[in-house]
Parts: sequence; C-alpha cells; structure tokens
Amino acid sequence: MAVVTVGNEDDVQEGQPFRVEVEGTPIAIFLAQGELYAIGDTCTHEEFSLADGEMVDDYTVECALHGARFDIRTGRALSLPATGTAGSYPVWVEDGVIKVEVEE
Amino acid sequence: MAEAQASRPPVVVVGGGIAGASAAETLRREGFDGRIVVVGDERALPYERPPLSKEFLLGAIPEAKVFLRAAEEYGAQDIELRTGTRATRLDVAQRRVELAGGESIAYDRLLLATGSEPVRLHVPGADLPGIRYLRTLDDARALAAEIASARASGGRVVVVGAGFIGAEVAADCRMLGLDVTLIEALPVPMLRALGAEMGGVFAELHRAHGVDLRLGEGVAAFRGAGRVEEVVTTSGARLGCAFAVVGVGVRPATEWLRDAGLTLENGVVVDCFCATTAPGVFAAGDVARWPYMMADATEPEMVRLEHWDNALRQAEVAARNMLGQQTPFAPTPYFWSDQYDWKAQYVGYARTWERVVVRGRPEDGAFIAFYLTGGRICAALAVNHVRELVPLKKLIGAALDPARLADAGEDLRGLSRQR
Ligand SMILES: Cc1cc2nc3c(=O)[nH]c(=O)nc-3n(C[C@H](O)[C@H](O)[C@H](O)COP(=O)(O)OP(=O)(O)OC[C@H]3O[C@@H](n4cnc5c(N)ncnc54)[C@H](O)[C@@H]3O)c2cc1C
Ligand code: FES
Repeated sequence: MAVVTVGNEDDVQEGQPFRVEVEGTPIAIFLAQGELYAIGDTCTHEEFSLADGEMVDDYTVECALHGARFDIRTGRALSLPATGTAGSYPVWVEDGVIKVEVEE
Repeated sequence: MAEAQASRPPVVVVGGGIAGASAAETLRREGFDGRIVVVGDERALPYERPPLSKEFLLGAIPEAKVFLRAAEEYGAQDIELRTGTRATRLDVAQRRVELAGGESIAYDRLLLATGSEPVRLHVPGADLPGIRYLRTLDDARALAAEIASARASGGRVVVVGAGFIGAEVAADCRMLGLDVTLIEALPVPMLRALGAEMGGVFAELHRAHGVDLRLGEGVAAFRGAGRVEEVVTTSGARLGCAFAVVGVGVRPATEWLRDAGLTLENGVVVDCFCATTAPGVFAAGDVARWPYMMADATEPEMVRLEHWDNALRQAEVAARNMLGQQTPFAPTPYFWSDQYDWKAQYVGYARTWERVVVRGRPEDGAFIAFYLTGGRICAALAVNHVRELVPLKKLIGAALDPARLADAGEDLRGLSRQR
C-alpha cells in the first residue's frame, strides 16, 4: 500500500472531477455532497478519461465518448457499453491535502 | 417472487441492438424481477455497430471486441435472449407478438427497438455480387473480405453516398491503401447533418487524403459480368471497380408493424415518455420518432435520430417508464464520427440555422463550429476537441456573443458556466 498526496482540498469542486496519476495509475477524484471519492480514471469500455466526463447526478459520471456510466462511490459500471468496474480507491483529506491509497 | 408476478406475461423487447440490450439491462438494474425476453433477428449476440465502419474494418480490433457481452452474462442477469428470431406482426389488442415460424408470445409490456435498415438502390445491376451495404456484423465481415482481396489485386473501390457511413468507409479504404472514388448526389458530403460549410470542410479532408470525390453525382447503373466491374454515374462517367459500397441512408425497421395500428410517420411515433399510443407499448432508438426540446426552447420538434447515444439513453428512459416511472426523455443529442485522424463529435440538433461560427481553423485539424439560430447555439460540431465535449454540451441552447464563441482564447468551460 502507498499513500500519496494528490492535491489540495480546494483543487476539487462538486461536479468537477480532476485526474491525477498515482504510481502510474490514472485516478479520478470527485467531490459529491461534501464527500471525496476516487475511482480508476480510465473508462472500461475503450480508453477515455472519466474526469473529462459529465456528472449526470450526484454519484454518476458519464463517459464523454460513448456514454457508459459509472458509480463514483464504487467504480462500478452502471450502463452499457461498459461492463467492467473502473475500481475505487480510499481517499481522504488530511491537513488540507487530499490523500489517496493505492496498491504498489 | 410473488405468485401474481410469476404468472404475468414477460416484458418483451423486440430488437437486439444497443437499444434492446440497454433496455433489458436497465429493467433489471431498476429492480424488475419478472421475465424479460429479448427477440432479435440477427444470429449474433448484441454488438456495437459504430466500430464496424472504423476499428473493425481497419483491422485494428479483433472481432470479439464488438460484442457488448458474453452469452452467459445475459443469463446471469436472467435476460432471455432469443437471437435469430424475427418478429413478424404485432397485435396490440391481444398483447401478442408473432414470430417467424408461427409461434407468438404474449407481453405485459413491450419495447419496439428494431432500429433501422439500409435503403437499397434500385438501379440496373444493383443485384450484382460485389455491391456491399454496411449495417450488420455479417455485412462488415463481407466488406472486410472485399477490401482484403482488392488490396491484394490493387483494385479501386467506388463508394456510393457520402453520408457518415460512406465517408467512414471511404476513409478506411484510403487508410488501407485502396484507390477510392466517393460519389455523392448532394453538393457536399454529410450535407443534411453538417450543412454546406462544414460539409465542404469534410470534402477537402477527403480530397487531401487522395479520395476522388465526385459531388452532384448519382448512380445510373452497375455493370459487370457476373460481378460488379463498373459503376455508371448519372453524368455518364464509367468508374471501374473491384467492388462497390453503398451508403445512401437508412429507414426505420417498421415494416412488420404496418397493420399494428400504431402511429407510423418515418418511425414509430412516441411521446416524451417513449410511449406509443398502444397500452404498454414503448419504442426507443433508431426506430422511434419523438419530441425533441432544445434547452430553453418553447416548442418541441419531432425527430428521429440514428445515433448510438440516442439509442442507449432513450432505451434506458423507456425501460424506467415501462416500470411505471414518468421520466421524460430530454437529452442533448450527441454523435461522433471518425474519419482519418479526425475525431468529429456533434452535440445538439439542427436541421436549419442562421449562421455558423467557427472557432479555430479547419486547416489545423482542430476546430469547433457553432450552429446558431435566433442568437442561440442549437448545435456544435467539434473536431479533435474530445476533452471539451462536456462544456460544449452545456452550451446547447445558450445565447452567447458569437465573437466570444469564435475566440479560441475564451475558455469553453468558463463560457459554459456563464449560461
Ligand atoms: C456501420 C455503422 C457505424 C455507425 N457509427 C456510428 C457512430 O460513429 N456514432 C453514432 O452515434 N452512431 C453510429 N451508428 C449508428 C448507431 O449504430 C445506431 O444509431 C444504433 O445502432 C441504433 O441502435 P438500435 O438498437 O436502435 O438499432 P439497431 O442497432 O439497428 O438494432 C436493431 C436490431 O433489431 C433487429 N430487428 C429489426 N427488425 C426486427 C424484427 N422484426 N424482429 C426481430 N429483430 C429485428 C435488427 O436486425 C437489429 O439487430 C453507426 C451505424 C452503423 C451501421
Ligand atoms: S470509452 Fe467510455 S464509453 Fe466508450
């Protein structure tokens, strides 16, 4: 396990995810209803950054290429054409910075 | 499962394309626990059409990649998939669908998701072997084989019709090294969707890639001894070819519904809840004609869209409404097209407009065209701006100063937040 600082608390806003790269893995960080969530940033359909997608409700991001939807709390695919999970990561704020935990 | 539920007829979906598959999966995800039967006439499992005219023809992905899911994943969701089964008639009074072979199945609720099918040419010689259409996986396999043998023999392909399918196939064939003649009856490619100005930009793109593009030309006849060898155009040109591809549009697959008593007007007419006039019968995807309301508009416009995103999303909304919800289908339409190294994406919907404002320069291979009516953005075409699709979508319906739209220094995300 590695805990990595990926940005400041105020880097992320509701409805505006951002992408970071941690140990070579792209991760999308979301803020929804005051809570942080982190899921794999790469759409499991083809390859596209979910941080460039659209928040269609508090907890759902839609890939901008072909419309697959994912639950930002779990990384699970919620609609075709994606079928696999994007994965999720523990994320929290400590002393004003955002930390994500990934497997090494 | 409750007794009453178990004895009720199933929810039936006719059509195993993206709309049918997505509706069936949405029913389950929304907690429906009765039977779901998907009836589709193709033998293949549900697959994606968009890659057929792109990565698949280019040989960039293995065939297995086009399928939405493996067979057992439908079983795992308790979705009964009846492939290779054609629906031939609908009886809305008896709530039954008749199938080829004489069987009929009762439905509790029904989704019509039969999509669309290519318009066929009826000129002399149109039945000759070597004239290909592209709608299904079988079509794509056959076309890939034609391309492979023409590459081996150094032949030319004539593509008839420069709509999206024709333009994509022409681009694939050029990228694979074939000589390509692309003929189009209208003055520019993709005129209806993109308009004269942007269609013209795509004409230049194809010419720059070495396509012999002939505009304002139709097909008078196909000729050949036992197989197409030549396309004769309406102006009398004779174009030799190893094979030909025809992409002159699609029409909704409603033939089997002709005496069902539904309102059919270039598609199955539905309301904003995807419901037809018959009880329990809904429609979604390429086959449906529905009221589109642009953001901030006052009047809906009846449209039938032939795009992936529309089929996917409309089917989800239809599925929810089949379960008793009242969710209106109110999307910002979206489609994409890949030609050479251009990734084109179009959001919104416009059949007419007053002006087009361009941001960036098409010569540079990355630009955005805004289609404006009454001072509002009704649609936008973006080429190679994939990361900006979301802010672009949010601009549809907005009234913004055209000078600012054209100014590439203005951040689109910032503009989209101002609306
Ligand atoms: C080659 C190609 C490339 C495309 N590229 C793009 C793209 O880049 N971007 C984009 O946005 N869109 C694209 N599209 C359009 C997109 O694929 C369609 O909008 C989408 O497939 C529509 O889905 P659907 O489920 O409504 O219909 P369909 O995909 O047509 O599925 C309907 C299914 O129902 C079956 N069926 C019909 N009649 C019956 C019957 N009586 N009984 C049983 N089954 C029946 C059909 O055989 C078919 O399998 C492309 C289409 C093609 C053909
Ligand atoms: S890459 Fe995300 S839906 Fe296709």
